[in-house]
Amino acid sequence: MQSNAALEYDYSLAKKFTFLTILFGILGMIVGTLIAAQLAFPELNYLLGEYGTFSRLRPVHTNTVIFGFTVSGIFATWYYLGQRVLKVSMAESKFLMVLGNIQFWLYFIGALAATVSLLLGFTTAKEYAQYEWPFDIVVVLIWVLWGVNMMGLIGIRREKALYISVWYYLACFLGIAMLYLFNNMEIPTYFTSGGLGNPLHSVSMYAGTNDALVQWWYGHNAVAFGFTVPIVGMIYYFLPKESGQAIYSYKLSLLSFWGLMFVYLWAGSHHLLWSTVPDWMQTMGSAFSVVLILPSWGSAINMLLTMKGEWNQLTDNPLIKFMVLASTFYMLSTIEGPIQAIRSVNAIAHFTDWIPGHVHDGVLGWVVFMIMAGIFHMAPRMFKREIYSKKLMEAQFWLQTTAVVLYFTSMWIAGITQGMMWRAVDEYGNLMYSFIDTVTVLHPYYAIRALSGVMYLTGFLMFAYNIYKTMTSGRELTQEPQFRTPMA
Amino acid sequence: MDSTDIANLQGYASFFMTVFLVIMLYGYIIYLYRSEKKGERDYEKYGRIALDDEIDSTPVEDKPASQRYKDEEK
Ligand code: HEM
Repeated sequence: MQSNAALEYDYSLAKKFTFLTILFGILGMIVGTLIAAQLAFPELNYLLGEYGTFSRLRPVHTNTVIFGFTVSGIFATWYYLGQRVLKVSMAESKFLMVLGNIQFWLYFIGALAATVSLLLGFTTAKEYAQYEWPFDIVVVLIWVLWGVNMMGLIGIRREKALYISVWYYLACFLGIAMLYLFNNMEIPTYFTSGGLGNPLHSVSMYAGTNDALVQWWYGHNAVAFGFTVPIVGMIYYFLPKESGQAIYSYKLSLLSFWGLMFVYLWAGSHHLLWSTVPDWMQTMGSAFSVVLILPSWGSAINMLLTMKGEWNQLTDNPLIKFMVLASTFYMLSTIEGPIQAIRSVNAIAHFTDWIPGHVHDGVLGWVVFMIMAGIFHMAPRMFKREIYSKKLMEAQFWLQTTAVVLYFTSMWIAGITQGMMWRAVDEYGNLMYSFIDTVTVLHPYYAIRALSGVMYLTGFLMFAYNIYKTMTSGRELTQEPQFRTPMA
Repeated sequence: MDSTDIANLQGYASFFMTVFLVIMLYGYIIYLYRSEKKGERDYEKYGRIALDDEIDSTPVEDKPASQRYKDEEK
């Protein structure tokens, strides 16, 4: 293939998925904030009849932020950085462009329809796998389209070596494909019973302990291949590019990659400690969770060391701030998870608020921060305009950082209080507290979490506004910035 | 074979698989460092791919060029 001076990267798909990332981010976080408020103030459950109850809205929240926000973010950044590190434009292949557009529309409509189905109460009742079977089929189609597109782009690349980020996106594709297929094996009851019940309803092919094992092998690795692997892929591109510094150690990035692949898949049974799964499996889950610190910190430290000698950028470029904070939160949650996976700690932590606390220091501090940083970096390149406001970005950073800290500290306290109260016994071995006693004690912490939700959501709206203004009225750029993102 | 046998077997299989994978992983680490020391490969140059990512910038490893390199080896 000859290089062609007039050739340019085609960002149309990256732009489209960026819009969806923002849209689903806002929707998912509004619902998150609402359910957080419902836990503090139960009257809020009765605003919209059956559609507004916590039980309906919780899966709407989790699925919208995972399959809506995060997955759009993965697609958006792939369609941007995939081209760049492979040095090939999407515009060079009509076929890939058409495929990408089909993927986009199928995804957009599919995700909205699936969310509505959850609101209407259609659910398989498996966490993060609640979508009923027709939506599962759509998910598989979308995923295959993305995979074909990715392989196609790799096939026509100019750069022979696959940059480390590409490895991570590939692993995300393969990992989710395998997990999603196995966990969602289900039988539509309407067709096998000769027309009884609702056509949307299905039953899982697994039962009992096996079901739990497959479910948490899936659940945990959905975190691995959805919230970790692609996000690491993002930071390996965006941080070096934004700072103008090559990765501190490329070899370490390769090692961390294989380490992560090797260890992650075995850690899922830490979700089932003290349950009916075989003992050795529980021990394995705990042990592998602890080992998981190594590859996780390998990547995070590699990112921090990339900034070696360049720490001044942290003070004058808010985008670097976002990314450094993201990798710091990645370190925090990957040390916290293994601690929770130790059996004796888990005896206190399981079923308590410490778990959502852990989830959200990871997702709010790491996943969302990194996706927003990616979009901030891409926006001036995609729209050929300067970022609208650096001040707004700074304000957003501090508001959201405070919100994350409020979220996880309140849940740490709430969770540990809860865990201790549930197991407290008097001198005769009677339980000292009833369930409602714990609820009363936890009320202030739930209120703090709801407040943190409002703050985080406000920050996200500031982000959306900043991007919107960048698109419509940022100062026009004559040349694509090489490293540092220009901002007014 | 009853279910305890199967559970035991699974446990042993998982243990030996772990040992095997650990050996593979360490082997890979040694391979990476050794091939760089011998001057066969330079892994760190791939870090430049993210920085020189214009569509007309020279690839770190050109596709046709590396193909040529392979042919010469034969
Ligand atoms: C405004 C920001 C957010 C707020 C206020 C919020 C609030 C909540 C609440 C109240 C729950 C239910 C906890 C429970 O059942 O006790 C929850 C669960 C969850 N949220 Fe969020 N959320 C937010 C953003 C996010 C984002 C951005 C993500 C992912 C990208 C996310 C992922 C999850 C997950 C995976 C769960 C399930 C946790 C579990 O089962 O333990 N949340 N969230």
